[in-house]
Amino acid sequence: MIVMAKNKSDQKRRIENVLSALKHDKLAIASLVFLVIIIALALLAPILPLDPNTTDVRNMFQPPSPEHWFGTDDIGRDYLSRVIYGGRVSLLVGFLAMITCVCVGVLVGTVSGYCGGWIDSILMRIVDIMSSIPWMVLVTVISLFLKRGLKSIIIVIGFFTWMEIARLVRAETLSLKEREYVMYAKFVGIPGYVIILKHIIPSVLPTIIIAASTGIANAIMTESSLSFLGLGIQQPMSSWGSLLQNAQSYMQNAIYMAILPGLLIVLTIFAFNKLGNLLRIFVEPRVMSGEKD
Amino acid sequence: MDENKMTQTGERLLTVDNLKTTFMIHKTKVEAVRGASIHVDDGDILAVVGESGSGKSVLMKSIMGLLPENAQTTADSLVYMGRNLLELSADERRKMRGKEFAMIFQDPMTALNPLKKIGSHLTEVLMRYRKLNKKQAREEAIEAIRKVGIPSPEKRLDQYPHEFSGGMRQRVLIAMALCCKPKLLIADEPTTALDVTIQAQILELLKQLRDEEKMSVVLITHDLGVVASLSNRISVMYGGLIMEEGLTDEIFYAPKHPYTRALLHAIPQPTTGVKERLEAIPGMAPSLTNPPAGCPFAERCKYACEKCESEIPAYRQYTKTQRAMCVFTEEELNAMDKEGKADGRTE
Amino acid sequence: MAEQNNQILLETKDLQKHFPIKDFFGRKKQAVKAVDGITFQIRKGETFGLVGESGCGKSTLGRTLIRMYEPTGGQIIFDGEDITKIEGAKLQPYHKRMQIIFQDPYSALDPHHNVEEIIREPMSLYTNASKSDIDEQIVELLKKVGMKADDMYKYAYEFSGGQRQRIGIARALAVKPEFLLCDEPISALDVSIQAQVVNMLEDLQEELGLTYLFVAHDLSMVRHISTRIGVMYLGKIVEIAESDELYDYPMHPYTEALLSAIPVADPELARSSKRKIIKGDLPSPMDVPGGCRFHTRCPYAKPECSQMEPPLVERTPGHFVACHIR
Repeated sequence: MIVMAKNKSDQKRRIENVLSALKHDKLAIASLVFLVIIIALALLAPILPLDPNTTDVRNMFQPPSPEHWFGTDDIGRDYLSRVIYGGRVSLLVGFLAMITCVCVGVLVGTVSGYCGGWIDSILMRIVDIMSSIPWMVLVTVISLFLKRGLKSIIIVIGFFTWMEIARLVRAETLSLKEREYVMYAKFVGIPGYVIILKHIIPSVLPTIIIAASTGIANAIMTESSLSFLGLGIQQPMSSWGSLLQNAQSYMQNAIYMAILPGLLIVLTIFAFNKLGNLLRIFVEPRVMSGEKD
Repeated sequence: MDENKMTQTGERLLTVDNLKTTFMIHKTKVEAVRGASIHVDDGDILAVVGESGSGKSVLMKSIMGLLPENAQTTADSLVYMGRNLLELSADERRKMRGKEFAMIFQDPMTALNPLKKIGSHLTEVLMRYRKLNKKQAREEAIEAIRKVGIPSPEKRLDQYPHEFSGGMRQRVLIAMALCCKPKLLIADEPTTALDVTIQAQILELLKQLRDEEKMSVVLITHDLGVVASLSNRISVMYGGLIMEEGLTDEIFYAPKHPYTRALLHAIPQPTTGVKERLEAIPGMAPSLTNPPAGCPFAERCKYACEKCESEIPAYRQYTKTQRAMCVFTEEELNAMDKEGKADGRTE
Repeated sequence: MAEQNNQILLETKDLQKHFPIKDFFGRKKQAVKAVDGITFQIRKGETFGLVGESGCGKSTLGRTLIRMYEPTGGQIIFDGEDITKIEGAKLQPYHKRMQIIFQDPYSALDPHHNVEEIIREPMSLYTNASKSDIDEQIVELLKKVGMKADDMYKYAYEFSGGQRQRIGIARALAVKPEFLLCDEPISALDVSIQAQVVNMLEDLQEELGLTYLFVAHDLSMVRHISTRIGVMYLGKIVEIAESDELYDYPMHPYTEALLSAIPVADPELARSSKRKIIKGDLPSPMDVPGGCRFHTRCPYAKPECSQMEPPLVERTPGHFVACHIR
């Protein structure tokens, strides 16, 4: 739809907008580079010479050094390896949870906003109910039924954080419904689901993209809290969040154990936000530079 | 303040000479005004007529100093009542606004703060600019509201904007503008957003206030009907330049510039026969980022020749009050019409 | 102008469109009576101008006529068939014959779609033609509205207001309608562009034999383009007449006031004419005055005006007025 522009000048314009945004924002370029590196490392980890599991108690709590670039952890494992493998998990969880969350949220939001009436009421009451249950209670109860581990974490995060996106999307849908081109489509008899796909979603896409970037951030953060409660990633698998939680006990003598994964979380979230912004600019059907009064 | 209630002497209030305003947006230069000159005398109602992109709003905001930071204004001369506005600091400029000249904008719906009572809109202006205390300000506010024709002013002062209709809100804005008894009122499309019958009321009000308050008005509009009923002088603006200026009668009955003539033929005129086919002006307004080298109207002008497109023509003074910026004289244009020599550019 | 036979294309009988205002529990509290009992006819091939100020219901009337809105009362008869209550798939063939062009060229077209997709949208439902056939038809349409074939893959934002309006017209004509609701199509355009669009609409009408309902508030333009004009006030039609007749011999006090309020682009005429300025503001459509709706602002109001609503009657041939006094 939106991206398949047969129109060469439109493609050019979109790319130009993104490039110009990049030019003005050095951090955005750095973020993209950072993301590429991180994702590459995460994907390539199995074929790289990394060893996250071998323990070496004699060498525990080594600060960063030429043999161990990130030092070693509390039982002597190479911290660099653990951080990179941890990145695999965090990114995977973040990404998949975000996808689930966005899909459910957009589906509920657009249907609810477009159809209105009792469908809207029921769906919104579901949203309200799910939002009102204290999160930890919900998660603890659910975890009784789900096996501990990666899949469960993704399901839990994905299916319990979509509510906000649904509300946002619904609000935009409500206002888009009143646009004349939507009224026209309805008037000539275009079926509802086609209108949602072709008219509503493209306009809501910027919001979705921003929500998605926030979603990844939230997912990564949420995953670390869950891991802390013992409901998430189990040892020996690690994620940045679980590494961070583990490092809390050793802040005094091995502060690098907290700083390194913590820094990576912050940088990754920041980079995804910048990426989200660039995507939003690409999708926007408007000229970015200069407009008359 | 009685010193402002001088009899309308026809003395020069405002002189603007060759004003240029450029905006810098993302390293692109947007030339909104490219050398406009107007003047306002005491007692005038000057109409600045133009379509979107002509630069008329920007021209006025440049004079008032109401432009954002990325705008730059230069002029050969910008003098108000003997004071050179270009030499004033931003602060001094700000002090003049409200006191010397006031501006009312197009959309009365958005110009008022929905969270503030109407009364406070007025008293705030009064207390700041005329240094009145609260009680005096309230009295003046009641008087101002009454003067613009809103009944039961005491009650209405305590109401909120949403309780007023569009016409009433515009009256309130006029009252606010009048509060400090400015000599010059600039009205930017004051009736465009209003219904016809309400528009008639507001126009009557402006005329009345011009007489009572001895105020001069600059009316920015694209509606020639409004211009005909209210103004005594007209400046026609296109592509950032003043194409023609003159007395209202001169412009309507003896227009000299092709754009003015084209505009008059593009609207249904009661005198020429309302059902006659309208003479549309083909094409669109010129680009502001890449303005044409010659006359901005040349692209759409049916008389245009090569000279028109290569350089901006000089003004030709026809009478003491009327001048037009065109290569051809009126006689030449009429001759071209008769001979059918006009390029005949139609849609 | 187009030849008119006196065949009626579209007519309404006591048409009503009320918008309920619900209270917290969803019960109807009040209603905005946008269209409150309108009976009139539009003849084939004519341009019926509909004027009135904001809140009078003219846009609502137009949209209810083409069944974009559901009427809450009364009847709509299109080409002899009662279309008031039909719904869904049965309504589809009628939407092929009645189309609409909107006021705001910026919200009438989806900013994410290019011209080809925009014009193809209504066509996709009514024809089984192949893609290349449809593309050919689109090119023809674009040419007809004064645009170029290679505009086809451009996006709406790449065009000016006047051009977008042309795209909207092309879209409406794509399904070869008989009737076109022009919902304030030129209000948002510059004066010089308005003339272009109006001329084009007139040409198309003659070429394709279209019937227009032209809803507008620019009274001079409405006079120019319309065959007959109806004046609306607060949900009712107060006067109908041929356009010249209406402007030269208005009968209803509101029409008089409306006409005299039009700023005339002629300084001498403006100076000499006496304006009949009506005082006060429009009453709210939720709280309609009893009797004749205009009586609260009418300079000629008599006691019976507040008690009984005047019916729309034919005073002179072709000239209808709803007034007790005139």
